[in-house]
Order: sequence, then C-alpha cells, then structure tokens
Amino acid sequence: MRIEVDPDRCAGSGMCALTDPAVFDQDEVDGTVVLLDPTAVGHEREAREAAHLCPAGAIKVVE
Amino acid sequence: MTETLHPELPLERSSALDPPAELGILRETQPISRLRYPDGHLGWLVANHALARAVLADNRFSNRSELMHTPVRVGGKAVPPPPAAKPGMFINMDGPAHSKYRKLLTGQFTVRRMNQLVPRVEQIVADHLKAMRAQGPGVDLVSAFALPVPSMVICELLGVPYEERDSFQRDSKTAFNLENDFDEVMAAFERIEAFVAELVRRKHGAPGDDMLTGLIESGELTDEEVTNMGLLLLIAGHETTANMLGIGTLTLLEHPEQLAALRADPSLVDNAVEELMRYLSIIQIGPTRIALEDLELGGAEIKAGDAVTISVPAANRDPNRFDRPEEFDIHRPATGHVGFGHGVHQCLGQQLARIEMRVAYRALFREFPDLRLAVPASEVPMRDQHAIYGVQSLPVEFT
Repeated sequence: MRIEVDPDRCAGSGMCALTDPAVFDQDEVDGTVVLLDPTAVGHEREAREAAHLCPAGAIKVVE
Repeated sequence: MTETLHPELPLERSSALDPPAELGILRETQPISRLRYPDGHLGWLVANHALARAVLADNRFSNRSELMHTPVRVGGKAVPPPPAAKPGMFINMDGPAHSKYRKLLTGQFTVRRMNQLVPRVEQIVADHLKAMRAQGPGVDLVSAFALPVPSMVICELLGVPYEERDSFQRDSKTAFNLENDFDEVMAAFERIEAFVAELVRRKHGAPGDDMLTGLIESGELTDEEVTNMGLLLLIAGHETTANMLGIGTLTLLEHPEQLAALRADPSLVDNAVEELMRYLSIIQIGPTRIALEDLELGGAEIKAGDAVTISVPAANRDPNRFDRPEEFDIHRPATGHVGFGHGVHQCLGQQLARIEMRVAYRALFREFPDLRLAVPASEVPMRDQHAIYGVQSLPVEFT
C-alpha cells in the first residue's frame, strides 16, 4: 500500500492530520497536506480512513 | 422513480433533538426528491449521506451566490436573487477564486495551531464558568457560557475588541432569524460589515498580533477583501459553536447514562463531540448547490441551473452510514458525519470548533457535577426558525 497526496487539491480542512498525525501533517503556511509516511506501515486503517474523509479528494491509497 | 412534490423544506420538529420526521421518510423512500423553492424555482432535496457527499465533493456544482436559490422563506417571503459575492466573501465563490482566499487562512486553522490554543481556551472557559457560578442557580447557560466563550475566542484570534461584542452578537442573531424581514436581515449584515470595515481601518494605524492584521500585512488583499473575510470568520466563528455548546449541553443532560460515561472517562470527549455534531446537525438549512451542467445524480436527471439542497440532519441519520442512527451514543464511531460539510468548502474553522467544544464540555461537567435543567426539557425554547438550530436559552441549576 502506498499513499499519494495532491496539495493542489487540498482544502486544508485538517481531517487527515486529525485522523492520523503519524502519517499526515499540515503545511505551516497554507495548511495543505504534508505526507510524513507514504507507506503508512502499521497505520493502514487510519490512512484509508483519512483518504475517505478528505473533503477535497486530495489523498489516494494505491494498493 | 415516483416523484412527490415537497412544497417546502421540512423544518417542523416533533421532538427537540430530532430532525423533522418527514426528512427520515424522504431518505428511505426518495433520497433525492423535487423541492419547490419559495422563489418558484423547482429544484431538489438530497436526504441521504452518500448523495450529500457526492454533491458537496463535485465541482460541477457551484456555490456562487448569484446563481443561488434559497430553500426557505425569510420574513415569510422568498429571498430575492442575491448579487455576486463581494470581494473576499469566498464562501460564495468557486474554484481558483475561492481557493485563493481560503489558502490565505487555512494555515491559521491547522490541527497543530488549534492544539496550541487549548491553554488559552481553557482559561476563557474557566473564567466564564466561575462567573456562571457566581450568578447562581437559574442562570442562562447560553448567555453566561455557550455564547461568550466562542465569541471571545474568535475575537482574540481575529483581533476584534471583545468589549465591542454587543453589536455584532445582536446583529448576528438578527441575521440568522428567519422570522425577521429580509430588509432587517440585510441591514444587520451591513452593520456587521461596517463594524469590521472600521476595525480594518483602525488596524492600519494600530497593528496587532492577530489575523486581521496578518491579512492586511500579507499585502495581497484590499481592505474590502480583508473586511469580508473577517466578517465571515467572525459570524461563522461564534454563532455555530455557541449553538453547539447550548444544545449539546441539553443533549447530554437529557441522556444521563451518556453523561455519566463521559464524566467517568473524560477522554471520551473527543468522540462525544463528533457524535454531538452528527446527532444534532444544527445546520438545518442547506447547504445548497447549483448544477453548472446537466448531470445524473442518484437516478435523477439534474439540469444546469437546478438548485440542490442537502439536508445535513437527514444525511447524518442515514442507517446506511451509521448503525442505530437515531440513538445518541458517545461511544460510536461518528467520524464521517457531514456536520462540518464536505468538499472544498468544508468548514474552515472545524478544528477550532472541535477544541472549543472539547475544552468547554469537559470543564463544564467537571466543575458542575450536579448540573441540571432549571425548567422541564419541554420548556426549553428551541431555535426552530433560525438557519442554525439550537436552544434560545438554557436555564440551569447546580449546588
């Protein structure tokens, strides 16, 4: 499993950083998604949840 | 698909904490149905979770004000067609115009920034609880606690002098009351706008460590843009959370076994907040979007120009998304609710709202272990005729 993010699509809602701060963070300046761990090892369920909750469709899980 | 015409968006509730029963029937029988808008427009009503998410995430739907049809009457009359959004009023814009403004603010409302704010929110909450105790039993929890806490927080963030709150609190209340004449509502909005515009002028000479100053100093915005962005944050920042704190407290008091569980394990508060957002769904009107092209949605043929109103309360009680949706259960996984919306317009201040609610509920029920209603629950006046649902007042007792 691999996570891909698209900061251009990101609306900065923070749902990903709220769901799993070990995998996702937010840019200090514009609040857009920062991917900390593209493999999300041990956090697969949370990463999928974050992708599902993302309001802007900016997170993709590639199996 | 059989089509029934629903003459108006259902707003009448038979139970204070539950959405209008008609919405539940629509969700099960016709999750997308025709809706007659007061201005004569024939549009649609979406009443389930999957379709609500689909519409709100689809950029073929617009939120531009000049295309809008309003699904409720204001002052008993249809709302006239609104003008295009003023510069900076990005909630009523689409695409790059919207994201240009939003991205100037999202860095200020990140999860981390909001977590850093917790100690200050705790202090504001503690001060108000102390003052509430001093007022004694019979005090109105809304005016002593639920309204002033988020008002003070957003004032400090924006750089609005809190001692000038009376006018904008009153105007904001007027602006969302559907029973008021439309002219009265517009005048209230204009007064808040003038208030923020004057503040922006003052900030040029007396900058502060606050968001309005930050926007001015970004050098990317006109004063008019800063004013409208500030106006949006000021109103959205206190009216919504204030109502959640009031009706959320009523909900917990009315579910003593849930409240006991929360008191026994305060770490449940994060989840309790999500569940309150789901269960209460205080945004009782809209959001509404306008189709920019012909498209198919849940078997319905939507035409370009059609208005589609989402029922947040119906979506958040969808049994296909939430088990036993009619039950208030602070243990359930409640994430995925659309209480903060969905799509690129999803609530900008949601992480602020979360920490305000977490801190406030935790402190309230810790400091007032025997908090109870001072009137029968059936006598608590509800905000049936407001765009944002809640309690008008909440008299409480304690020892």
